Amino acid sequence: MYYIDPHIHMVSRTTDDYETLAKMGCVGLSEPAFWAGYDRGSVDGFRDYFRQLTDFESRRAAIYGIQHFTWLCINAKEAENVELSRDVIAMIPEFLNAKGVLGIGEIGLNKNTRNEAIVFLEHIDLAMKTNEQILIHTPHLEDKYQGTRMILDMLISDNRIERHRVLVDHVEEHTIRPVLEAGFWAGMTLYPVSKCTPARAADMVEMYGPERLMVNSAGDWGPSKPTAVPDFILEMRRRGHGEELIRRIVYDNPLTFFGQSRNFDFQAPC
Amino acid sequence: MSQKFTAQAILEREYLPVRAKIIEIASALDRIDRATGGPPDDPRGKQIQTALELLLENGPDRAERVQLLFSRHYDETWPATLQMPNR
Repeated sequence: MYYIDPHIHMVSRTTDDYETLAKMGCVGLSEPAFWAGYDRGSVDGFRDYFRQLTDFESRRAAIYGIQHFTWLCINAKEAENVELSRDVIAMIPEFLNAKGVLGIGEIGLNKNTRNEAIVFLEHIDLAMKTNEQILIHTPHLEDKYQGTRMILDMLISDNRIERHRVLVDHVEEHTIRPVLEAGFWAGMTLYPVSKCTPARAADMVEMYGPERLMVNSAGDWGPSKPTAVPDFILEMRRRGHGEELIRRIVYDNPLTFFGQSRNFDFQAPC
Repeated sequence: MSQKFTAQAILEREYLPVRAKIIEIASALDRIDRATGGPPDDPRGKQIQTALELLLENGPDRAERVQLLFSRHYDETWPATLQMPNR
């Protein structure tokens, strides 16, 4: 089955991973900007990162027949430096018309601080002024519920936001309902220890249905499995779910959501 | 969306994985008990105990309730608490 991984950080992965993903049926992926594992020191550091995301990675993916798309932002982990965050936000428009840029992301909260919330709102302002879609990171572990509710508060209080153009990612059992009920898209991240397993993701599909729901690997430089989406496909098949339902989650839904971005020029495989 | 299998069929499939996970938890708790220094004065120990008790309760949303047990409190007045700028 062809599939799209809507959230994976390929700058942290090897070229061998691209080959493996292609063999597993991956034909497209989207890569949100994220934390490099250290705080970057200057706006030029981000400019170079955005060049890598919008140029080099798409060429590396294309070698294996995978179409690469991306999202731009400064991650919440670096938002405590508000001055640098504002410089980066001011620089992002240089790249918004680059091939494959789908919008602003992954913005969000990390420790649910005031500075993180301020930088999140300023990213939202940029997205509204430039008519971009938004991909949102929700916090980890004990901070997830509080942070997700804060993010929803900020989104819902902004009447400029078209909710069907916002993806709230890393939802789990305690956060999926408010996200979907508010009309946003929801992403389930399949991680070996934290976040969600393929079995729990399948449980949530069974409980909430496939509407506005996606799964991703969020493969990055930490413990993660870039082939987690095929694991989810296998889990769904083991439970007797039909190919149409599985395909909707792993292929059709990403196409529908990404298709709302002006730079999404996906070519379906023949 | 309905399940494709009966409860009995799911129990058949899940029995060994659940058994293995319970033994992993039991052995981790034993490991803490065997270690030196006595029982740790750490709220996470109580949190684990409460979570295990929660598993024995009835209801279809145990996973959600366990998640909330391990979550920080959400207060809807957070914008005032954080003194967020007016928009």
